Amino acid sequence: MAEIKLLGLAHSYLGSPKVDSDYAIRPLDHTWPQGGTYALLGPSGCGKSTLLSIISGLLTPSEGKVLFDGQEVNHVPPEKRNIAQVFQFPVIYDTMTVFDNLAFPLRNQRVSEEKIRIKVKEVAEVLELTSLLRKKAKGLTADEKQKVSLGRGLVRDDVSAILFDEPLTVIDPHLKGKLRRKLKQIHKQFNITMVYVTHDQLEASTFADKIAVMYAGQIVQFGTPRELFENPQHTFVGYFIGSPGMNFIDAVLEGDFLVLGKDRLPIKKELASRLRSLSPQRLQIGIRPEFVRVAKQHHEHALHGKVLGVEDRGTYKILTVELGTHRIKARLDEDQNVPENEVLLEFPEARLKLYADSLLVEV
Amino acid sequence: MSLIMEHITKVVGGETHINDLSLNFAAGTFQVLLGRTLAGKTTLMRLIAGLDWPTSGRILANGVDVTGVSVRKRNVSMVYQQFINYPNLTVFENIASPLKLQKIDKSQIEGRVRATAVKLGIEPYLQRYPLELSGGQQQRTAMARALVKEADLILLDEPLVNLDYKLREELREEMREIFTLRKTLVIYSTSEPSEALALGGMTTVLHEGRVVQQGPTAQVYQKPTTALAASLFSEPPINLFSGQVAADEVTFDNQVHFPLNSDLKHLPTGHYLFGIRPHHLSLRPAHPHDLELGVTVDLAEISGSETFLHVKHRETDMVLHLEGVHQFEVDASLPIYLPTHKLFVFTPDGDLIHIPRSAAQG
Repeated sequence: MAEIKLLGLAHSYLGSPKVDSDYAIRPLDHTWPQGGTYALLGPSGCGKSTLLSIISGLLTPSEGKVLFDGQEVNHVPPEKRNIAQVFQFPVIYDTMTVFDNLAFPLRNQRVSEEKIRIKVKEVAEVLELTSLLRKKAKGLTADEKQKVSLGRGLVRDDVSAILFDEPLTVIDPHLKGKLRRKLKQIHKQFNITMVYVTHDQLEASTFADKIAVMYAGQIVQFGTPRELFENPQHTFVGYFIGSPGMNFIDAVLEGDFLVLGKDRLPIKKELASRLRSLSPQRLQIGIRPEFVRVAKQHHEHALHGKVLGVEDRGTYKILTVELGTHRIKARLDEDQNVPENEVLLEFPEARLKLYADSLLVEV
Repeated sequence: MSLIMEHITKVVGGETHINDLSLNFAAGTFQVLLGRTLAGKTTLMRLIAGLDWPTSGRILANGVDVTGVSVRKRNVSMVYQQFINYPNLTVFENIASPLKLQKIDKSQIEGRVRATAVKLGIEPYLQRYPLELSGGQQQRTAMARALVKEADLILLDEPLVNLDYKLREELREEMREIFTLRKTLVIYSTSEPSEALALGGMTTVLHEGRVVQQGPTAQVYQKPTTALAASLFSEPPINLFSGQVAADEVTFDNQVHFPLNSDLKHLPTGHYLFGIRPHHLSLRPAHPHDLELGVTVDLAEISGSETFLHVKHRETDMVLHLEGVHQFEVDASLPIYLPTHKLFVFTPDGDLIHIPRSAAQG
């Protein structure tokens, strides 16, 4: 069992980093509390693999500390960190049986054969590998092999966390769901800290209770899948989560109004004064396509747009609207009427987010 | 270019990859080939390109039989799943390469390469080499090369499958715009129903080397002619369950009964296959005809802004497609609601008998 804490952690592959772009990970503090399921989500090149290597001990960070349950482990080698890893590709011994593969980490620790039998049986049961125990690993399917990789972590009593690096890459699409379900059941049963690294929003939000979204070497938000959808803390989260992602529109503050092209949108006094105190270089409105409404008639919150097109996605429609110099998307129900030419849009207040220099403004 | 395929069969090593397939693609149209892995999409594309020859059948381009004509003699462009570029040539040289082969004047090449690069957003990288680019930029380069030569026919074989979903989303939208402006025949294969819907145009649903259904994309989706088409052209697949109609009642899973509503009154006694789309099932009743079903949660798959809730009702697996993010514990019990007026009805063999009214209007 472990809490994983990163303190002032940063990493650069260069000898003497000077500017932000010299860092693969820019200085950050982060805590993964004990026993949770977490995902580290981001596009390729965001630093997530570097961060994973630092946690597992394959890489020593150039700055800051990694703490497991309060103990610094910066220089503790991977094999002494009590961490199990499941990689993209199954790492198992093809010539050994499934039983011997599962027993391997325990035999290394000189656990008695009797205890090994009990433990391997128990884990095989959970992973539905019992009928395969006598088989050579070579003949297994990709998903069975990945289960064996996972099993090798689960047999050890001393494992405090399991790290997954895109573990379903080689799994057939129709079996992915089954494995995702298995992972959730295992977590429930073993109550072990699990961190899952992926670039895929579906993988991340299906697996994890909380997701750390990484962008340009920083964790820009750590939240539940719902929080990432409903309340993105950073414009990147709004963009990256959801399909299509959040709409962003540049705005200028004038008194208690946001000016968007030709339209003026009244906002609350507190919000306006908060924005004045921040005086950002760039102010953006963020609204998810799911929350954009088509207004029936003009009112003070309605915005004037021009319909550019509509895509019938079967279960819903995506309306593309030109609003000033921006293009925004609205999600319409499958049986909703599609406006033509001019359209009035409204952004429900509770769903409208404001971003000052990419960061969410909250009052 | 218009394209006609007549009774095409392709057998490889005793296995039939394409089975007596006939299709008719009008000039200047955007054609999506939708099918799962091994449906025959790539094989068909290679036959169309002239990279392979059919075992039997004919292919006509603009009315002329081109069945045995090699790819070199056809004005065809193809983009593959893998990002295929010349690694030792710059992006500019890569895009220019088909024009050089066509012996186009140098003064023209510069302008055409640049214009195409602008369209695909890779103009800043023209002097770089492909391997110095991200996956998305590499595939844009391959696409630019396919577009620049103004081929009569452009074939795209799952071109976005190796990109992450955000890039896929963006490129898909750009392609839709680029191709609506073109008069070229474009054939685009995909295994994802949502991609077919996002691209629009016409869709041919393929399965095991045969055509399951063909027509305008949205229409094929709205009005599947068979349970197979409904299932292939929906992600997650449409929920199908067999049931029995007797007197004024439907029974399924041996336990669940519901009265035939006015839409379904015409169904004679007998066995049927019923279908309900995942996004029509809900967690709250919305209509007096809604049927409450007690289910247990298999898994909630969450995709950023949507939730796919897999559940089990007695012996029947079902999936709900919910808007927004909803978390559920594995094995939790809950009621779900099935709107009986949104049921599709098929014969036990899968032929369509009844389409729900909202879809019939679409």
